Amino acid sequence: MRSSIFRHVLVCGALCLFAADAVAQQPFIVVASTTSTEQSGLFKHLLPEFEKDTGIQVRVVAVGTGQALDIGRRGDADVVFVHDRAAELKWLDEGHGVKRYPVMYNDFVLIGPQADPAHVDGGKDITVALKTIAAAKAPFVSRADNSGTHAAELRLWKDAGIDIQRVKGPWYRETGSGMGPALNTASALGAYILADRGTWLNFQNRGPLRVLVEGDKRLFNQYGVMLVNPDKHPNVKKKLGQKFIDWLVSKRGQDAIAGYKIGGEPLFFPNAGTDS
Amino acid sequence: MGDAEIVQGLPIVASGVDVVRGATRVLRDIEVTIVPRARTFILGANGAGKSMLLRVLHGLVEPTTGSVTWGGATARPPGQAMVFQRPVLLRRSVAANVRHALKLAGVRGPVAERRIDDALASVGLRALAGRPARVLSGGEQQRLALARAWALAPEVLFLDEPTASLDPPSARAVEAIVNEIHALGTTIVMTTHQLAQAKRLAEHVVLLQEGRVAEHTDAAVFFRKPSSAYGQAFLEGERL
Amino acid sequence: MDTISQSLALAVAMVAQLDPRLTAIVGLSLAVSLTSTLCSAVIGLPLGAAVAIGRFPGRAPLIVALNAAMGLPPVVVGLFVYLLLSRAGPLGELGLLFTPPAMVIAQTVLIVPIIAALTRQIVEDAWREYREQLRSLDSTWLQSTLTLLWDTRWSLLTVLLAGFGRAAAEVGAVIIVGGNIDGVTRVMTTAIALETSKGDLPLALGLGLILITLVFALNVGAHLTRQWARLRFG
Repeated sequence: MRSSIFRHVLVCGALCLFAADAVAQQPFIVVASTTSTEQSGLFKHLLPEFEKDTGIQVRVVAVGTGQALDIGRRGDADVVFVHDRAAELKWLDEGHGVKRYPVMYNDFVLIGPQADPAHVDGGKDITVALKTIAAAKAPFVSRADNSGTHAAELRLWKDAGIDIQRVKGPWYRETGSGMGPALNTASALGAYILADRGTWLNFQNRGPLRVLVEGDKRLFNQYGVMLVNPDKHPNVKKKLGQKFIDWLVSKRGQDAIAGYKIGGEPLFFPNAGTDS
Repeated sequence: MGDAEIVQGLPIVASGVDVVRGATRVLRDIEVTIVPRARTFILGANGAGKSMLLRVLHGLVEPTTGSVTWGGATARPPGQAMVFQRPVLLRRSVAANVRHALKLAGVRGPVAERRIDDALASVGLRALAGRPARVLSGGEQQRLALARAWALAPEVLFLDEPTASLDPPSARAVEAIVNEIHALGTTIVMTTHQLAQAKRLAEHVVLLQEGRVAEHTDAAVFFRKPSSAYGQAFLEGERL
Repeated sequence: MDTISQSLALAVAMVAQLDPRLTAIVGLSLAVSLTSTLCSAVIGLPLGAAVAIGRFPGRAPLIVALNAAMGLPPVVVGLFVYLLLSRAGPLGELGLLFTPPAMVIAQTVLIVPIIAALTRQIVEDAWREYREQLRSLDSTWLQSTLTLLWDTRWSLLTVLLAGFGRAAAEVGAVIIVGGNIDGVTRVMTTAIALETSKGDLPLALGLGLILITLVFALNVGAHLTRQWARLRFG
């Protein structure tokens, strides 16, 4: 009796692993991307279209931009799709990727509590708003996680002439987390926060938060896609990866991106082929 | 007990044996010979070292000094079995417990099944063969332990106060089985603190006093006229 | 309270409709955690039994190490396995990162100490009881190990359950080595983490309630099995 139980268990375990393997027979690529692209729901909308057209499954590992670039650097992904132009160009310079293709853009918005202690609502200049918030020491949540959004936030503090590392105090909360958790924190604290519009539109736990400042050209948020360097990592699926990139910048892909809307509002604006 | 293999693990000779546990010398300067086919009883007060001596003779405990030989060999041969005061049974059926012991002795298949059946029948447990061993009563469990030993057809059977926790009827049943095993040719070495039991069953007696051998003689001689003062006092039931 | 009642309603609806995404996530969770429990059992049961019975130099420190390793933080294990399996790491050739087998490996590393340490305790107690009789019967070291493992099987079932519970409930290890890829490596715990971070708390809580119910039900099942076994086998 003992040996038959053992045999059953072995067979089940083997079946599980074989089943997992069978699923992997479909061609696939691993794309390291950011939490904002996944949490906005864009991939859920986009990837089935790509799979229909090409039969290639796209497996998205959604982490912060910094981590996504690191995954690409290690060769654990085939394609990297992030939104931090400066970091992407540096990454290319270091030889980790092949070429950068701009794909789409959206914008950041300054989110804040209904109560608006720093009185920034309706402003059109993000640097003015940030200066006011810092002066008022109003609670502000920063992602502080090396993501594209975090990099943008730091750039904006600099543009506002504020050395945030020197000036920050207990009012400046660095959560070290993704966009969603940071928004949760801001909602609970009634704090200001810089967010990408895509995640914000998809975010459900808003509490007292609303959009207070938008439209400033400085809040422009560009997304780029790159193939991981197959010379450095022979395991990279360069043909399939390039197919994905080509699809994203093709009319079909760009139309699909423009077609993704929440409540009638598009989240991302395709701009492949431009110098962004 | 009628087996083809002859295992000569007798006589068992303990010579100059000391056993030290921590700071206590449990046995000192033991000189004991177990002769074939006898029923040897080890007697003594509580703490005299009876159980320890039994374990030394069975090879479960290595002496701190001195030696034990079994038929001249320094390693314990197979063909010995032991029954403990509290029966140690596996969480299996009655028959499976006997089967387990036989498997360890290299006996399998139809030969084993026949021996299991014989052994269980001999101790009156055949009807309970499929029952889980641990739900049996104390007396039944001890009889199972004996059946296990019976099936092994051992040359020597060691028993450590096997009836101490049993009621009188169960104790009698156990004694009867021990006698039957002995009648089939097995040498018996048994400890007990019940003098009456020793008087009933012993052919040979070893009396221990605080770890030393006080007497080592025929039962008939011992019970009629012990040679030592301690022996006399022991028989008169003085608290020692 | 509103969120909790919303979640309850959502959870019941999801289960009743057998939402396909839900069943896929639950199915993967069970497959990963059961497989890792099985692998850990294959390693941990004999290891625990060997340490229980064996006498060798360094035994006491090994026991302390095993007990301490029961508290390994999942996220640290995840990071360690990630570095091992990454293409930039020693086992990169296997290409296992971001796949379910990687999750199984990470969870196995996590729960082997639990199974080994608890098995050691149980087998050592049983060994104390059986030692002399088994030696009297000339049982070899290997035979005794197998006998003890089989004899304590019902207690060991509880140990396996403890291991499974830890595996099914952890998120730190699987999210790092699995990448929480939709449809491929998303399990209950990582899905809960994701939905929470998206602010979709009712859905997250709904998934959480399902997970708790599953683990709870398994524990009840194991408890009843032990009761039955005790009556049946003593």
